Amino acid sequence: MHKNLKRYFPVFALPTCAAFAMAFLIPFVMGIYLSFTKFTTVTNAQWVGVQNYITAFTADNNFINALWFTVKFTVVSVISVNVIAFFLAMLLTRPMKGTNLFRSVFFMPNLIGGIVLGYIWNLLINGILSYYGVDITYSAKYGFWGLVVMMNWQLIGYMMVIYIAGIQNIPGDLMEAASIDGAGPVKTLFKITIPMVMPSITICTFLTLTNSFKLFDQNLALTAGAPGRQTQMLALDIYNTFYGKIGWQGVGQAKAVVFFIIVAVIAFLQLYLTGKKEVEQ
Amino acid sequence: MKNVKKILATLLIATLIVSVFVSCGKKDEAVVVRYLNFKPESASIYEEIAKAYEEEKGVKVIVETAANNTYEQTLTAKMATDEAPTLFQINGPKGYANWKEYCKDLSNTELYRHLTDKSLAITVDNKAYGIPYVVEGYGIIYNNAIMEKYFALSDKATDLTSAEEIVSFEQLKTVVEDMQKHKDELGIDGVFASTSLKPGEDWRWQTHLANIPIYYEFQKNNVDLTSSDTEKINFEFSDQFKNIFDLYINNSTVAPTTLGTKIVDDSMSEFALGKCAMVQNGNWAWSQISEVQGNTVQADDIKYMPIYTGVEDEAGQGLCVGTENFYCINAKATEEEQKAAEDFIYWLYSSDTGKDFVTNKLGFIAPFDTFEESETPEDPLAKEVLRWMKKDGVTSIPWNFTIFPSQTFKDDFGAALLQYAQGTKSWDDVKQLVIDEWASESAAAKS
Repeated sequence: MHKNLKRYFPVFALPTCAAFAMAFLIPFVMGIYLSFTKFTTVTNAQWVGVQNYITAFTADNNFINALWFTVKFTVVSVISVNVIAFFLAMLLTRPMKGTNLFRSVFFMPNLIGGIVLGYIWNLLINGILSYYGVDITYSAKYGFWGLVVMMNWQLIGYMMVIYIAGIQNIPGDLMEAASIDGAGPVKTLFKITIPMVMPSITICTFLTLTNSFKLFDQNLALTAGAPGRQTQMLALDIYNTFYGKIGWQGVGQAKAVVFFIIVAVIAFLQLYLTGKKEVEQ
Repeated sequence: MKNVKKILATLLIATLIVSVFVSCGKKDEAVVVRYLNFKPESASIYEEIAKAYEEEKGVKVIVETAANNTYEQTLTAKMATDEAPTLFQINGPKGYANWKEYCKDLSNTELYRHLTDKSLAITVDNKAYGIPYVVEGYGIIYNNAIMEKYFALSDKATDLTSAEEIVSFEQLKTVVEDMQKHKDELGIDGVFASTSLKPGEDWRWQTHLANIPIYYEFQKNNVDLTSSDTEKINFEFSDQFKNIFDLYINNSTVAPTTLGTKIVDDSMSEFALGKCAMVQNGNWAWSQISEVQGNTVQADDIKYMPIYTGVEDEAGQGLCVGTENFYCINAKATEEEQKAAEDFIYWLYSSDTGKDFVTNKLGFIAPFDTFEESETPEDPLAKEVLRWMKKDGVTSIPWNFTIFPSQTFKDDFGAALLQYAQGTKSWDDVKQLVIDEWASESAAAKS
């Protein structure tokens, strides 16, 4: 049987490998190549070397501003999403009525697409701000906190489900032993629960970190960068460079490659750091 | 038995994989016209045209339509495929700069020969790369029923007796501000429809309205529009731009601070519902007025007025008339495909069936001499544009915004206008931003 499987391996793996190559590997390699060229369409490119990378950083401050805004947004939303999601998970793993209903309700926002969500929150936030005679485009602060609130609303349910799974996996005898030894709720939380759900924390921070960093459609629908370009995040800046300036497709591509490197480095760093804290059960 | 099963399984998998690849790579052998349409509102009409053309000439036309505001994106993506459009469009000299490698010389085509005003085409070294296929005009659309109501008031602050008599910014300002005072008597929320400044909905100001001061500046300095002199501006008529822009935002249906939420559709429906008397837009907006539920505006009451901004001698100023729709034929397509595309557009603008579609369904004012005097669209806005084009002593303003440096420039200008309306940016800063970004974006496009 084992031998048979080995023989058929190429047959079974081929469709997936082909799809992976077509949808990921080839575009990825092409994308890196295009970042060194000037092009209008992807099949028609001229080599220009590292010029695009220089232009991306020196021509204007848009990329740096967007990077800074993205970092601030990511820090705030990673912390708020995970803290709130964790406490919701704690709450909903207690023996009480209706936990399943609450879990579904909290999870639901995650099922709505980003653009729709952005427009819904745009209407909601503008509806409230209109009492003060302004709207979300009035100040970058409104845009920033609008994005944070929306991100929380969307991701908390998802992260909560992961944390619930983690908390439910903590062996009951461990908790029991802790309470017999006289550990209070706070001590139990920090000495038992958090170390035991560390794998969930790793995966949740990874997901929120990368999702916040790569945020595009919500950003486009909620603020589109207004006022000015002050609430423009990296992905939106890349998009605007690519399509908003004539002959700058290559620069947009170069920004995208830099963007990829930043996301990859941060993600690996985070996985390494939180992964180190995981304990064996 | 075991072997049979094995062979059968392998065969099944093989057919599965093969069929996946085959269905991906299927290709039509017959010559077709692939048209990437710019106007989503006309998508269904183009489908009808394609059907009629196939019935008459036996050549298949495949119409694809880019979603609103995504033409460049769609074109960029489609151009790299095997099924690249053979017929597409550019928006003027800037679009040509981006797509020049894909634009075939069209100066020997039938359609170009019939173009009434050759200066409208995109030409470089006597070769035409883009043929304009529609002429459009914009100005201030007003609802004459409300204007008549105002001019009938006993305590009006002006001697004028009809909107037709307004020929300068001063007169317009007096009338508008007085109307705003009498808005309750006139049954309106404000004179002007809301100035839509939501990002992506601000093109009526950062592009169309900005055309006027830029046109006057280029004219005053005798700037050759094809030369590199257009790479710098001083925004000399910024005060005039501010004049009209202030008038729009301060005499409107809504407060200036809420303009960041308003979209073009909001403005058009306010006009259609009779909540305001004036709105700045072009003749393409007719469907946006006529199709609004509960529309109270009579077609006969819809009139055009030029956008007066307070420059000297503006009595002779007409509407802004021009186009940003130019047909291009893909230079990288095969010769047969190029020929098929040429034949198709010529048929559309010269045969009786085609012309009927153009004037009556698409509602285009076509710039070709294949059209008779009588073959013009019937909608009130198009009729008004034609009336203004023919009016004695009035000169239309061309669409110089086709040489605005880039979308980034327009977006940033629009964002600055919004901040100005909200009171968070001074007019001097807006002016400086326009001058600086014009120069930097022009330089960026060249590098």
